[in-house]
Amino acid sequence: MNSFSLLNDLIFPGSIIIAQILAVLMPVLISVAFLVYAERKVLALIQLRRGPNVVGPFGILQSFADALKLLTKENIVPANSNKVVFLLAPIITMVLSLAGWAVIPFAPNWVIADINVGIMYLFAVSSLGVYGIIMAGWASNSQYPFLGALRSAAQMVSYEVSIGFVIITVLLCVGSLNLSKIVEAQQNVWFAIPLLPMFVVFFISALAETNRLPFDLPEDESTLVAGFFTEYSSASFVLFFLGEYASMILMSSMTVILFMGGWLPPFDIFPLNVIPGVVWFTLKVIFILFLFIWVRGTFPRYRYDQLMRLGWKIFLPLSLLWVVLTAGFLMIFDMVPNSL
Amino acid sequence: MYLYSITFYVFSLVAVISALMVISARNPVHSVLFLILSFVNASGLFVLLGAEFLAMILVVVYVGAVAVLFLFVVMMLDINFVKLREGFLQYLPFGALLGIVLIIELGILFLTKSFSVNSLSKFVESPVMNEIENTKLIGQVLYTEYFYLFQISGLILLVAMVGSITLTLRDRGQVKRQNISQQNYINANNAIEKKKIKLGEGI
Repeated sequence: MNSFSLLNDLIFPGSIIIAQILAVLMPVLISVAFLVYAERKVLALIQLRRGPNVVGPFGILQSFADALKLLTKENIVPANSNKVVFLLAPIITMVLSLAGWAVIPFAPNWVIADINVGIMYLFAVSSLGVYGIIMAGWASNSQYPFLGALRSAAQMVSYEVSIGFVIITVLLCVGSLNLSKIVEAQQNVWFAIPLLPMFVVFFISALAETNRLPFDLPEDESTLVAGFFTEYSSASFVLFFLGEYASMILMSSMTVILFMGGWLPPFDIFPLNVIPGVVWFTLKVIFILFLFIWVRGTFPRYRYDQLMRLGWKIFLPLSLLWVVLTAGFLMIFDMVPNSL
Repeated sequence: MYLYSITFYVFSLVAVISALMVISARNPVHSVLFLILSFVNASGLFVLLGAEFLAMILVVVYVGAVAVLFLFVVMMLDINFVKLREGFLQYLPFGALLGIVLIIELGILFLTKSFSVNSLSKFVESPVMNEIENTKLIGQVLYTEYFYLFQISGLILLVAMVGSITLTLRDRGQVKRQNISQQNYINANNAIEKKKIKLGEGI
C-alpha cells in the first residue's frame, strides 16, 4: 500500500461524497417546505378557502415562517420521559427519511450510489422508519403517544408485507434490483399499465406506510390529540414534520421509479424526449404528491379494524396472487428478463 | 481506501460496543434498541465485504420485522428491575461456563489453518467486485444445489406459523362480526320483517 496522503485519500473522496449528499438533500428539504405550502393551498381550494396568502407573494413563504416560529419556541422535554430516547426519536425519523435518497436515480447516472440492491435498500430504510415512531411513543411516557405508536407500528408492519410483494412483481418483470435498470426496463411501456392493480395497491400501501389520510390513525386528532408526537414541541416537532413529508416525497419517487418510468418521457417522440429526464422525474413526483393531497382532501378516515382488514385480507392475497400470475405469465410466454 | 478502513472501524466499533450494551443496559427497552443498533452495524460490515444482498436482508428481516416484535413485547411487559437482578449470582457460574466454552471454541477455530489470520487477510482488503450481482449468485446456488434444504426451511416456517396460530386462535363465540356483503345486501324490503301475532300469544 502506498504512503498515506491525507489530501488524496481522505479529504478529496470524502468531500466529494459530502458535496453529492448536499446536492441531493438541499433540493429535497426545500421541496418539503413547498410541499407543505402546496398541501395547504390544494386543501384550501378543495374546501373553497383561500389558504395561506399573507407571507410573501401568494403566501409562498408560509412554511419558512412556520419553521422559524417553531424553531424559536421552547423545546419542552416532559419530566417523566426517557430523555435520551425522547430526543433521539425525531432525529432517527428525519435521518431515515433522508437516507433513502442515496439510491434514487433522478436521471440517467444522476444518483449518489448506484448499488445493485437499490430497491432492497429503499425497502430496508422504509421498514426502519417505524423505530422513530415507536421510540417517540414509548419515551414520551404518556398514553396518547403510546397508543399512536402501537397503532403506527402494527400498521406499518402490515402494509410492508404487501409492498414487498408488489416490489417482487415489478422485479420479476425487470430481472434486477438496481433502480436505474428498473427505470430502463420501462422504455417500451410503464409498469403502471400492465401491472395496474399492483400500482393501485402500492399507492394505497404507500399512504398507509407514510401515515397519511385516510390511514392517519397514529396521529388521529379526534381521538389521540396528535398521536405519537403529542409531547413534542419546537425543533423536535419540526424534525418529525420534515421527516414525515420527506418520506412522503421518497415514497412518491419510489412509486414513480417502480411504475411510472422514472426519468423517461411518456412517449419517446421529438418534443418530449428533448426535455431532460430530471424534469420528467420531478413532474411525475409532483403528480403523485398531488394524489396524496387529493386523497387527504377527499376521503374520510378509516376505522382501525377496517385498515387491518384491508391490509391483511385484501391486499396481501391480491398481491400474492399477482406475483404468481406474473411469474406464470412470464414463464409461459418466455418473457423472463435476462434468464440464465 | 482509507475512507474504507475508517468506515470499517466505525461500524465494527459501534457494533461491538452496542453488543456489550445489550447485556449491560439497565433498561430492557434500551437493550433492545442497542441490539437493533448492533444489527444495523453488522449489516454495514456486510456491505463493506461486498455482500450487499445479505446486508439488506439482515436489515429488512431482523431489524424491520423481528426486532419490532421484540420491542413490542419488551415495552408491553411490566418488568421488575429489582427482581431481575436478584438471580444474578445464582446464574453467574452457568453463564460463565457458557462463555468459556464459546471462547475455547473460537480459539480452536482461529488456531486451525483454514481460519487463521493469514487465510483471512485476503478477504479484508476491499469489497469483492464480482461481474455477476451477488443477489443472482445466491439465487443460483440456493435454488439449485440447496433446493431441498430451502424447501425444508420453508416447511419449518410454515409449521411454526400454523403452530402459533393454533395456540392463539380461540373461538370466542359471542363476538359480533361485521359482514360487509350482508350489510350491503340489506334494503328497505328485507330490513324489516312483518309478522302477524295472535292475541295472547308471543312469537
